[in-house]
Amino acid sequence: MVPLDYYLILSAIIFAIGVVGVLIRRNLIIVLMSIELMLNAVNLTFIAFANSLGSMDGQVIVFFVMAVAAAEAVIGLAIVISVFRHRQSLDPQEMQLLKW
Amino acid sequence: MIVDIGIVAIKAFLVLFMVLNLAGLLGWVERKGSALIQDRIGANRASIFGFAGMGLVNTLIADPLKFLTKEDFVPPSGDRFLHTLAPCLALFPALVTFAVIPFGDVLYLGDRVINLQVANLNVGILYIFAMGSLGVYGLVIGAWASNNKFSLLGGVRGSAQMISYEVALGLSVIGILMVYGTLELQEIARGQGALLRELLPESAGFLRATVGWLPAWGIFLQPVAFLLFFTAAVAETKRIPFDLPEAESELVAGSHVEYSGGKFLMFFAGEFAEIVTAAGLMTTLFFGGWQVPYLMRDGFHFPWGASILLPHVAVVLLQVGAFTFKVLFFCWLQILLRWTVPRFRYDQVMRLGWKMLLPVALVNVMITALVVLYMQHNP
Amino acid sequence: MNGAQVGFFILAGLLIVSSLWVVFQRNVVHSAMALVAALFLVAILFLTLNAPMVGVLQILVYAGAIMVLFLFVIMFLNPIGLEQRRRLWWGFGALAGLLLAGALVPVLTNGDAPRDPVVATELFGGPEELARSLFTDFVLPFEIASILLLVAIVGAVVLAKREP
Repeated sequence: MVPLDYYLILSAIIFAIGVVGVLIRRNLIIVLMSIELMLNAVNLTFIAFANSLGSMDGQVIVFFVMAVAAAEAVIGLAIVISVFRHRQSLDPQEMQLLKW
Repeated sequence: MIVDIGIVAIKAFLVLFMVLNLAGLLGWVERKGSALIQDRIGANRASIFGFAGMGLVNTLIADPLKFLTKEDFVPPSGDRFLHTLAPCLALFPALVTFAVIPFGDVLYLGDRVINLQVANLNVGILYIFAMGSLGVYGLVIGAWASNNKFSLLGGVRGSAQMISYEVALGLSVIGILMVYGTLELQEIARGQGALLRELLPESAGFLRATVGWLPAWGIFLQPVAFLLFFTAAVAETKRIPFDLPEAESELVAGSHVEYSGGKFLMFFAGEFAEIVTAAGLMTTLFFGGWQVPYLMRDGFHFPWGASILLPHVAVVLLQVGAFTFKVLFFCWLQILLRWTVPRFRYDQVMRLGWKMLLPVALVNVMITALVVLYMQHNP
Repeated sequence: MNGAQVGFFILAGLLIVSSLWVVFQRNVVHSAMALVAALFLVAILFLTLNAPMVGVLQILVYAGAIMVLFLFVIMFLNPIGLEQRRRLWWGFGALAGLLLAGALVPVLTNGDAPRDPVVATELFGGPEELARSLFTDFVLPFEIASILLLVAIVGAVVLAKREP
């Protein structure tokens, strides 16, 4: 039997890696992918707790997180496409029209 | 413990062996079938030491040999790692999906009960869709890694087409899941052993009298779903009339322009393995799987009262034989389809997927749900 | 250390390596494929935690649909040129990530959840149990999620549609 703490530590590491991706990358698609990574780390904690508490609630919440992640990816990618059409670039540094 | 693992290993080996060999065989059937339809002889050039008499055996050996002796070419500006990974990604899902398709009922061997299915998962059909949805990676990654504009176009087309038809494929099966009330394919196959008159309510006396003798196969309970499933499955295997990712006359060879030798052989085998899997799914979901009409575990019991008792081994052999026959029939149907109809235009493919199959599938799900609800309240 | 733990450490190691690939690869397609691998490994971890249904859904929804969408957009835009590797900035980011992980681990492991898992029943994590929770305790969130998806579809069409 693998202790609960192992799963929690693993998901903390994955979450931190996702945060690093959002911080350092200058490519909108990779930033979105890092957010998916963070969501997955959180899903892993939910499933680990659901298993140790013997309750289905955690698994149901993961189900909802997946629905939200799908919606987020669809809208995010649509925004990326329309931004790319205007700027011919995926670099968030270049989106500074409102910056004074 | 050891014996159990051994039994699973034997079943897995048998299924893999059958699927891969059938895939190879279909390559020959496709060439001969196309020749038959186009009124030529076809595939008669392979000879071993000047002996060309046994067309099937010679072609079966010659085709892979020819592929494997060709140069394995990787485009200089392409991505070597992904270019090699793509054929594996194309072949893998096609091979693992067959694991949950049952090819027979149970086999009693001494005091052991062997379920004739490699893996009995309680998420059954979802596993098939999950693995099937991974099939698109082989195409897309191969197309991108070739660094060729024709393959890139093929890859973009392929990913859009496969995502679109996955929706219709999934929705068409929901009706079947509601009727038989399970996700397990073995349970669905067992559910199809009943007769229609056992399922119909008392109030439907006329239907019970006229069609009650039919077995409760998916095709009789969900005919619309079968048409949708068949169309979507053919689109998922990316063959004519849905071969937009390859489209020889537009994109040279589309997503596998830059593939040759063994890697192309893997794509090729993957495509035929997908045909076999699609045929296995159609059989299991809509045509009773391994069921022979009126064959129970101890022999035939006809609806007019007669019965023929058979030994257990004969029953199992009949079931496995019936499953194989049905799968071969649907493989043949798909190959026949390929050489009969022309290719759709790209906008037609998208329109068919989103504006026709999807709404019809949704209506089918709604009507099935209403009927199932009605029958639960009026048994 | 028993077999289950060895399996866990292998999976965890692979997961961390592929997650690092997602973040530190300069090539977008390589990042995307590493993410697919990571999602697949997470799905296997779900299976080890008695969640077969969610694990299969993870592959079906994430690897089968969302990531294909990502790849489709990458190919559709086909951005040329790799991002520069700004060593100092990436180093700072990695440091911040280490600090965050160091802060998260004690917080997560301090919870009062039982450390020894409840022995799972036969049906736990299967389709029936998930559906029962989903359509009894979570009906309202379920309906709201469907509306959310509808809004997302409409929004995507509006955003990505080219003006005539």
